Amino acid sequence: MKHRFGYCSIAVFVVGLAVPVAGHTRDLYEDARMAMVEEIEADVRQTSLALDKEALDPRVMDAMASVPRHRLVPDELLDVAYENRPLPIGHGQTISQPYIVAIMTDLLNITPASRVLEVGTGSGYQAAILAELAEQVYTIEIIEPLGMLARDNLEKLGYDNIEVRIGDGYHGWQEHAPFDAIVVTAAASHIPPPLIGQLKAGGRMIIPVGSRFMVQQLVLVAKDTEGNVTTRQILPVRFVPLTGSH
Amino acid sequence: MAATGTAARLPYVSVALVSAAALGYEILLMRLFSIIQWHHFAYMMISLALLGYGASGTFIALTRDTLLKCFNPAYWLNLVLFGLSAVACYLAAQQIPFNPEEVLWDWRQPVHLLTIYLLLSLPFFFAANAIVLALTRYRQKISLIYAADLLGAGLGSLGIVLLLFIVFPDVALKIIGAVGIVAALIAARELRMPRWPWQGMALAGTVLLLALPARWLEPQVSPYKGLSQTLRIAGTQIIDRRASPLGVLTLLESTATPLRHAPGLSLFASAPIPDQLALFTDADALTAINHNPQQLPLDYLEQLTSALPYYLAKPARVLILGTGGGAGVQQALNHDVPLIDAVELNPQLIDLVRDDYGAWSGQLYRRAGVRVHIADARGFIRRSDQHYDLIQISPLDAFGASSAGLYVLNESYLYTVEALQDYLARIAPGGYLSLSRWIKLPPRDTLKLFATAVRSLEASGSTSPGKQLVLIRGWQTSTLLVKNGEFTPGEISALRAFCKARAFDLAWYPGMPASEANRVNILEQATFFQAARALTRHDDTFTNRYKFDINPATDNRPYFFHFFKWNVLPEILSLRGQGGLPLLEAGYLVLVATLVQALVISVIFILLPLVALRRQHDTPADISRIRVVVFFFAVGLAFLFMEIAFMQKFILFLHHPLYAMATVLATFLIFAGLGSAWTTRWQQRGEPLSRHAGKVVAAIALIGIAYTFLLGPLFDSLMSLPLAFRVLISILLLAPLAFYMGMPFPLGLARVGACSPALVPWAWGINGCASVLSAVMATLLAIQFGFTVVILSAVLLYLLAAWTFP
Repeated sequence: MKHRFGYCSIAVFVVGLAVPVAGHTRDLYEDARMAMVEEIEADVRQTSLALDKEALDPRVMDAMASVPRHRLVPDELLDVAYENRPLPIGHGQTISQPYIVAIMTDLLNITPASRVLEVGTGSGYQAAILAELAEQVYTIEIIEPLGMLARDNLEKLGYDNIEVRIGDGYHGWQEHAPFDAIVVTAAASHIPPPLIGQLKAGGRMIIPVGSRFMVQQLVLVAKDTEGNVTTRQILPVRFVPLTGSH
Repeated sequence: MAATGTAARLPYVSVALVSAAALGYEILLMRLFSIIQWHHFAYMMISLALLGYGASGTFIALTRDTLLKCFNPAYWLNLVLFGLSAVACYLAAQQIPFNPEEVLWDWRQPVHLLTIYLLLSLPFFFAANAIVLALTRYRQKISLIYAADLLGAGLGSLGIVLLLFIVFPDVALKIIGAVGIVAALIAARELRMPRWPWQGMALAGTVLLLALPARWLEPQVSPYKGLSQTLRIAGTQIIDRRASPLGVLTLLESTATPLRHAPGLSLFASAPIPDQLALFTDADALTAINHNPQQLPLDYLEQLTSALPYYLAKPARVLILGTGGGAGVQQALNHDVPLIDAVELNPQLIDLVRDDYGAWSGQLYRRAGVRVHIADARGFIRRSDQHYDLIQISPLDAFGASSAGLYVLNESYLYTVEALQDYLARIAPGGYLSLSRWIKLPPRDTLKLFATAVRSLEASGSTSPGKQLVLIRGWQTSTLLVKNGEFTPGEISALRAFCKARAFDLAWYPGMPASEANRVNILEQATFFQAARALTRHDDTFTNRYKFDINPATDNRPYFFHFFKWNVLPEILSLRGQGGLPLLEAGYLVLVATLVQALVISVIFILLPLVALRRQHDTPADISRIRVVVFFFAVGLAFLFMEIAFMQKFILFLHHPLYAMATVLATFLIFAGLGSAWTTRWQQRGEPLSRHAGKVVAAIALIGIAYTFLLGPLFDSLMSLPLAFRVLISILLLAPLAFYMGMPFPLGLARVGACSPALVPWAWGINGCASVLSAVMATLLAIQFGFTVVILSAVLLYLLAAWTFP
């Protein structure tokens, strides 16, 4: 249901205008969400060196401005839902910092025709962002109660282009392969080789690694048209261990 | 209510018991927090125990007259409160949702930490109250009470270690609480207090504690640790648990979802990962046991960076240091190595893999040519006269035990310059030392290991270390090879082929062009290659400009995992709002935070009440207040500086943090107690105490300085002796130092007591305050400058103390 929230800033603007006029059902969290988007933009500018760009794809930022993050976090976290920080969502799992979600999504180069696989649904927030941009999102969660909750919440939000499966994501989702993009949010001791196999030539895979509550290092796996695989490691902080050339 | 004073005996048994229980509690808390959180919090436990003691000194100073009037019940009550609070405060602390990782984002987290800190210092406060009350009440027999206190503490440090071999930490907690209340029961008998209510209630309390369901006390492991995470997966269950002071082992099987532990597996790997059992030490440090009843070669192990040496040569004798679940041994078996020595620190781990789950692994540790040794890596290498074609250390999959639990101060003698020299000495000509590690970004430990290898090779006489080193990396792991000899063109082409087939990067080989670096797993800069090139060229510019400290660790400063440079702090702090602090090592952060917290709290709870006291009873003093402050502060700092530095130094000699801790702690406590008792003779004879203080300090300085030079060579020559002899030698070496170190404090106290009794509480308080700080300061100093500097600082502080003797 990617159209519900619109792609572009015009739609956001229209919704923003229309709701106050109607005088009710205004998304109370919209201001917070917009502030979050601005914060992400500022963070991206500050870390442009590590990211190799000054700003993220406007479509990604629109998605960030659209998805109601507060509808995908536990009730006790409603107040902090739009803070630019990772949040604990129970079951020892976390919902990533919005800034990291935005960068990961941006790195995947998703088009409206993309088929995307996500391993580790968690709260469903990343899947919702992806669903704003892609044709279809397949997402797998191994922790049953989390997967059920995410499926339920995503349905309530009206996303009809997300399919949630409870199970082991190691072998990907063969019947829907290959994928234009894959997100692996569940940390593993290695990248599951079947996922590399299900990545389309020219496709990209992104994996956040490291502490869940800090800025995470991102591993971008790219498969070129000949099937050669390279990885790029990105630490999205404004910290250069060795400045200048050596 | 009855102080039937005349018939009462000295309560030395109860004093010894509570002292033993309190010390046991301190060590137990370190274990429990290693399981629940991470071992960084061990420093905090030492510091909070000392806070409890310090605050008690002040409390008794303020309430002494009142409490002495009802000594018997007050003493009894504090013992009971210790026993109950030891369990209750731990249970309460477990309820506090402290998550150290969230400390940057959530303002409540520091408050949680502070609450835990204060809660857990409470039992120590009660224990100290009982001891200080007894010392005050029986002033005329102070030496006996003090001896009981120190002897009890010494036995407590040994007792808890033994207890942890027998029971799980949660059961040990009940027992310690019960010992506290048993002390109250015995106190009631010693003091001839009526059976009811005093003895009856204590008995009831003991029974109550022992009857607590073990389930209530089970450590609530952080949901973000490996064990908790794995247990979330449906079909995963615990099938075995073992515990010893080395750590709690938990074995998991997963019937629904395979566990698949293969650190750094090549992106091109197609070989299946067999079914595995997951073995956690202290709820983390996963090692896997492969299901291989057919004893087949396991091909997935060929797809790890650690397989490299087998593709450059065909080793016939292999040593695996830290064998864990046995992946390294299986890797060697894949290549038909005829002799495989596997060394592991934790005997329970070997019992599980070799005996209880032997059939699962296809009797991995009983296969032909495989010999398993229970030992510490350094100790084994020192005792061995075998030469190997390959020595492998892959902490990716093992040495969990050595990094957990009682390796509290995060030191590691595994990766020092001297350690690598020891390993290299046991490598046959043409053989390799292979060291694999997880990669951290920005690169840190792999670079430090490379620097360490360069320094070791040079120290072993190599003129061109760069020709003896090879470094490769995947996106997750790196493997460094150090060869006894120079790498040949044949080996280098095999190296290239190995990496190409597995999507690994070349980071260094002799003659490597810059254009070959950073090709597959691309970093912003070719940092690994740049560092290796600079280090092999003796170009210090890289090391000096790099924002992490990658200087090699040494036996004098064995903090391999310390990468922090103070001049980078402002930059890292500016990234705080962006969650940039993983760039700062968490352990260091906790340590500095603990120091600040200890400083603030010890001032509030120890010194401020004394200021209030001074206002109430301001009496002219015969001796300089400044001298009293400086003397007791210096002595407080110096004692723990020495104790901690030697505890760390002796880990190398006793080959085990556990033995070092038990031996050093017990020796220091017992002999310092004897030294302290000895001073009463001088006091009774009325000899000038300052002259004795001077002599004592001179003796401490002499021994301390002598040891900084002598211990190294002495350890080298005696390291291969059996453990019992090494423990005995350690005791003999430490006893004289500890004996003299027990003297300055009571000498100073006697002098202050004689000239200006109003200052006595100050002396206690300042000493307590210094103690709270010193445990943390000693570690910070050791990390920055090494143990020699810590010991020399202690000597200087003792000299300062002699100079300012009141």
